[in-house]
Amino acid sequence: MLSVRNLSTPVLKPASFQLKAGECVAVQGRSGSGKSVLLRALADLDPSSGEVCLNGDRRDDMPAPLWRRRVTYVAAESGWWEDRVGAHFAQPDRAAALAGALGLPGDVMGWPVARLSTGERQRLALVRALVQRPEVLLLDEPTGPLDAEATERVEALLRAELVRGAGVLIVTHAPEQAVRLAHRHLHVADGVVTEG
Amino acid sequence: MLVTLHYTDLAVAALLLLVNGGLSMALDLGLARPLLVAALRMVVQLSLVGLVLTRLFALESPWLTLGAALIMLLFAGQETMARQERRLTGWWSYGIGTGAMGAAAGIVLLLGLSTAVRPDPWWDARYAIPMLGMVLGNAMSGVGLALHTLTATAARERAAIEAQLALGCTRWTALRPTLRHALRTALMPTINSMAAMGVVALPGMMTGQILSGVDPGEAVKYQILIMFLISGATGLGVLAASLATVRRLSDRRHRLRLDRLVRRR
Repeated sequence: MLSVRNLSTPVLKPASFQLKAGECVAVQGRSGSGKSVLLRALADLDPSSGEVCLNGDRRDDMPAPLWRRRVTYVAAESGWWEDRVGAHFAQPDRAAALAGALGLPGDVMGWPVARLSTGERQRLALVRALVQRPEVLLLDEPTGPLDAEATERVEALLRAELVRGAGVLIVTHAPEQAVRLAHRHLHVADGVVTEG
Repeated sequence: MLVTLHYTDLAVAALLLLVNGGLSMALDLGLARPLLVAALRMVVQLSLVGLVLTRLFALESPWLTLGAALIMLLFAGQETMARQERRLTGWWSYGIGTGAMGAAAGIVLLLGLSTAVRPDPWWDARYAIPMLGMVLGNAMSGVGLALHTLTATAARERAAIEAQLALGCTRWTALRPTLRHALRTALMPTINSMAAMGVVALPGMMTGQILSGVDPGEAVKYQILIMFLISGATGLGVLAASLATVRRLSDRRHRLRLDRLVRRR
């Protein structure tokens, strides 16, 4: 589904790997090793060289906004640009349903963003991406600030995404999470990506 | 007509500076030296400008007038750059600010000189240079403020801008709140100064004309014209400089390129 050949940036050494439909790959490595750099490069948020294809379509042949709708990056630090939570979602109804599945209150779409906790922001940022049904999800520590129960809900939703046929690349610092979710692992150390 | 000022008259007024300086020393504000330097700079710079303008008006050369206008523009460009805490790397910062101000002030001034004021010849330095000075001075403040706000906001709101880009928004959509904020911040002072004009502040040009014996009704018309020219040039310059900066702060693949900014040391 997603095929990566010699993807490199000033930080990242040329990396090549595949991600199949319905497959979850955990990206692990120490802080600062280049995990986020890898995800950002895949989403084309930073300049990179090499070839990335989605189902045979080359990234560079596609307008960047379209590519990012299909291969969506969710950052570890979520960003907000409106005052109200609901204004960030194209389809607030669908978003509210997904937010409910993640254990967020039913009226959260009417809240001001300032009222959200870090964990609530993180879950809503994931919902924002899921609403658009991307083919590949690039998740940067999606459960970092979450408690055990919320983490479980997020993982359940991600399993449903995998069943739908999405590919998931997930950066995680929790080895148990990698074991629970991932089919394979990528290790990143000093910008070098290795499979294992 | 105008009462002529002698240098002794200026010396009396300069005594007021001694009061300020004494105050600074008594309260240990540390402003005595900067005050002296600033006052000296003002006297020297204005005296030089007086000499230059006297020569310029006497020579009646279109090329020298144009040259003086260009020098003013280059200084204005330097000033807008100095007002930005983060600016674009290389020549982009200077080029965008100077280019936008030059184009905006040029268009507006040509409009003013060819339709409303119509001196003979149309480039007469006695009209063109002071009008350019006023228009450029205000456009400079506006452009400096716009670019300062734009680059500072883009750097601060990086997470919000990139969140939108990551969801598939174009660079123009993702940077629209930043652009709006910069434009509003830069244009508010012009709007405020128009709103307060006459009630709170008597503008310098109008006061000057009245002091030199011009009928207040005539002076008011000149002031209104100048305010329209100023707001036109500020609006055009701010918009052009901001759009160009948004373009340079992003790339064709719709990425946010904060790596193209440097922080002032």
